[in-house]
Amino acid sequence: MARAVTTKRKIIYTAAAWAVGLIIFFPVLWTILTSFKTEASAVATPPEFLSADWTLQNYADVWARSDYPRFFWNSVVIAFGSTLLGLVIAIPAAWSMAFVPGKRTKDLLMWMLSTKMMPAVGVLIPMYLLFQRTGLFDTRIGLILALMLMNLPIIVWMLYTYFKEIPGEILEAARMDGASLRNEIIHVLTPMALPGIASTMLLNIILAWNESFWTITLTTTDAAPLSAFIASFSAPQGLFYAKLSAASTMAIAPILILGWFSQKQLVRGLTFGAVK
Amino acid sequence: MSTTSTRAAARLMVAPSVILLFIWMLVPLVMTVYFSFRLYRLLSPDRTGWVGFNNYAWFFHSPDFWTAVINTLLLVGGVLIITVVLGILIALLIDQPIWGQGPLRILVISPFFVMPPVAASIWENLFMHPQNGLLAAISQGLGYRPILYLEAYPMASVIFITAWEWLPFATLILLTALQSMSSEQLEAAEMDGASALSRFRYLLLPHLSRAITVVILIQTIFLLGIFGEIFTTTQGGPGNASTTLPYMIYKQALIAKDIGRAAAGGMIAVILANIVAVFLMRGIGKHLDA
Repeated sequence: MARAVTTKRKIIYTAAAWAVGLIIFFPVLWTILTSFKTEASAVATPPEFLSADWTLQNYADVWARSDYPRFFWNSVVIAFGSTLLGLVIAIPAAWSMAFVPGKRTKDLLMWMLSTKMMPAVGVLIPMYLLFQRTGLFDTRIGLILALMLMNLPIIVWMLYTYFKEIPGEILEAARMDGASLRNEIIHVLTPMALPGIASTMLLNIILAWNESFWTITLTTTDAAPLSAFIASFSAPQGLFYAKLSAASTMAIAPILILGWFSQKQLVRGLTFGAVK
Repeated sequence: MSTTSTRAAARLMVAPSVILLFIWMLVPLVMTVYFSFRLYRLLSPDRTGWVGFNNYAWFFHSPDFWTAVINTLLLVGGVLIITVVLGILIALLIDQPIWGQGPLRILVISPFFVMPPVAASIWENLFMHPQNGLLAAISQGLGYRPILYLEAYPMASVIFITAWEWLPFATLILLTALQSMSSEQLEAAEMDGASALSRFRYLLLPHLSRAITVVILIQTIFLLGIFGEIFTTTQGGPGNASTTLPYMIYKQALIAKDIGRAAAGGMIAVILANIVAVFLMRGIGKHLDA
């Protein structure tokens, strides 16, 4: 929609758009700023923007008070593990739906998505009991399985929309040349679908990283990821604003940075291929 | 390419996903149905037995129940309206020829990367807190008394926080759709003297319908289960003012420790979600050519 406009109009639009963008971003910015203030400065009235006492002490305190590396590592293992496992199961399913569609393919996709509409809290007790009985409670493998299954419908759907854009003739040509089904998927389909698979992976890592219902209810200590780490900081005690901000920043920074670097692929993936 | 062997292979490859999802859905569901007809209180574990529909009856007769259903629908509906309307407006603004569109997109998408407990605690403590929050400081600076957002307007506050989390998602999908719109069509309409409003109504809105469908479908799935935002901020209160169905179930399960009643609530929530799902799939599913 690029149209020739006067510089004056461009200045006005730029100012308005950036004002809106900064308002949306401001809570994140304010949290990061507060994390570098002293506790007294964090609650000063009127609020201090640039005149605050800056310090790194909050990060040192949070680091000393909790086992951040363990929470961080659990988050990484659970987010990546559930996403990779989900891809392994979803790629063949999406392949067959996209290239050998049956009468019920659309119904099947809708059914898969509808399984996500079940409110997690409704099945909390059965899940809790199942995890306790099977020894999966508070284990990383248990959470990997739970989050994989939770996000599987989204993974299948996203991959399906990407695979559908690949022309079927290419696969047929490969088959003519005598490629087996396995080779067809590994050597022909996967390289062509790689950008789509990458977007799917990114979105699911972010969803898994930020998931905070099962990760908090199905863990206590061993497998607890960053969502549980932040929950343990939300009990207000005395002067805690700056420390809470530091802990919040530590919990969101890894995924914020990953998201910033990959936002183009991510937005493309978020649209489920329905928006070109 | 659909030989019999390919078809068989295709079914085989779709099977793991379907079977796993089926088990993942069915096992907890069957257990929930079973518990929902049982007397099962963690505080008195010796007294057990079948109680018919008593647990369901308790839910329907509870003064909290209809409030919770209405709050759940308010939360889903409110967030959808705010994010879609503001999302369209902001996407239209960002789509104008402006400097720094790339960095601006990064700013706008950021709230999407903030995990719900962090988002809720930032808003509760740094912004809405009546003494130390930034909004209180602004009120005082303007000479007004600070507003007790979470006490006086709990549901509106929860909707606001949730809308902030989901606005980036809506905005960026709508922006992507806008950017694929051909400018010739709009220019031609402008030359023909179509007003800005009718250009929006007859050209942009139809073009955006698929994107709006995706936004509504995906957001509804996540919004029906919203829990963390309420747990962190209002705890469903004051009273039952911000209790949603998921939160009411949580209270029965983990605070009242009545598993039977919580299970009955779970079944009601599942049925409500399915009603919403049917409406959604009927109404907008056809826009998605799956």
